[in-house]
Amino acid sequence: MAEYALILISTILVNNFVLVKFLGLCPFLGVSKKLETAMGMGLATTFVLTLSSICSYLVNEYLLSPLGIEYLRTIAFILVIAVVVQFTEMVVHKTSPLLYRVLGIFLPLITTNCAVLGVALLNVQADHDFIQSALYGFGASAGFSLVLVMFAAMRERIDVAEVPAVFRGPAIALVTAGLMSLAFMGFSGLVKG
Amino acid sequence: MLSAALALTLLALVFGLLLGYSSIRFRVEGDPVADRIDAILPQTQCGQCGYPGCRPYAEAIASGEADINQCPPGGEQVIQALADLLGREPKPLDPERGAEKPPMVAFIDESDCIGCTLCIKACPVDAILGAPKQMHTVIAEECTGCELCVEPCPVDVISMVPVEEDISHWKWPLPKVANGEAP
Repeated sequence: MAEYALILISTILVNNFVLVKFLGLCPFLGVSKKLETAMGMGLATTFVLTLSSICSYLVNEYLLSPLGIEYLRTIAFILVIAVVVQFTEMVVHKTSPLLYRVLGIFLPLITTNCAVLGVALLNVQADHDFIQSALYGFGASAGFSLVLVMFAAMRERIDVAEVPAVFRGPAIALVTAGLMSLAFMGFSGLVKG
Repeated sequence: MLSAALALTLLALVFGLLLGYSSIRFRVEGDPVADRIDAILPQTQCGQCGYPGCRPYAEAIASGEADINQCPPGGEQVIQALADLLGREPKPLDPERGAEKPPMVAFIDESDCIGCTLCIKACPVDAILGAPKQMHTVIAEECTGCELCVEPCPVDVISMVPVEEDISHWKWPLPKVANGEAP
């Protein structure tokens, strides 16, 4: 149990994917203008990341490893992720129109998110088993959502603040992101690994 | 090497079948009434009805939000067809939305075009071709005559010219409707 808790804390806070590993920066800056969309994106990413880390674990364990073709990992994982996202989008569209309205537009965006592929590849590198992979994916996306929502809230606040003209817009957003990253450095040493 | 190629092909094939099957199994039917209304509308995407395109206007009619007489490019024929479809009384075109005009296409006087790309951004059907600082031109076959590009042009070189009838787009005239009576 302790090991699983460690994985969660490590991925959410210590090795946060956005602020420490610098993966998934495009949605972090692109979808953080409004708090609502940030939450939608966070939810969709959590969903897709957990699912895709499970699926890519299965593909790696039962298809790539037995055949000795681990070198095809990247392309196989991209294929898996794209299909999983597309498939979920269809199922969600059919089964839950409400959920589709919340997640729908974000799902295709996530397909090309580097954090998704990053999690799948890091899972293999770290030799995680099934539950560890799922937790790692979930933790990574929970950390992503946490940071995204916090960042969006801050940007909404900054929008109405008096920012010097030269810093307005993306400049102050990047400064904020840098400061957040610095703050998250404070977690290092909390958990090893 | 062979097993690698086979495995990847197989994986892709399985995924393709899965997606193909699920696109049939999980197909979502849109609003059939809105679809049929959309099929009647002229697809100029001009926005003169007050909605951002023909599809949103069709959905608004289907949900009872909008009236059927807000489409100037479609004119009387579209109003008549919509009235038939929805079982409503046809009514004259809403004068607030504009008047019915003969089919037009936009024309850019290329010698004066400064290449600002503003008209390209305005065009709802991507019928204007060009690049920054290069002159632009209208692809006449794609142009729906919505006039949305006329307004943004800073040098006023876009004009609307009536489509001349020639052998390639002459059509049988549709039966005229006299004041709402059935043809």
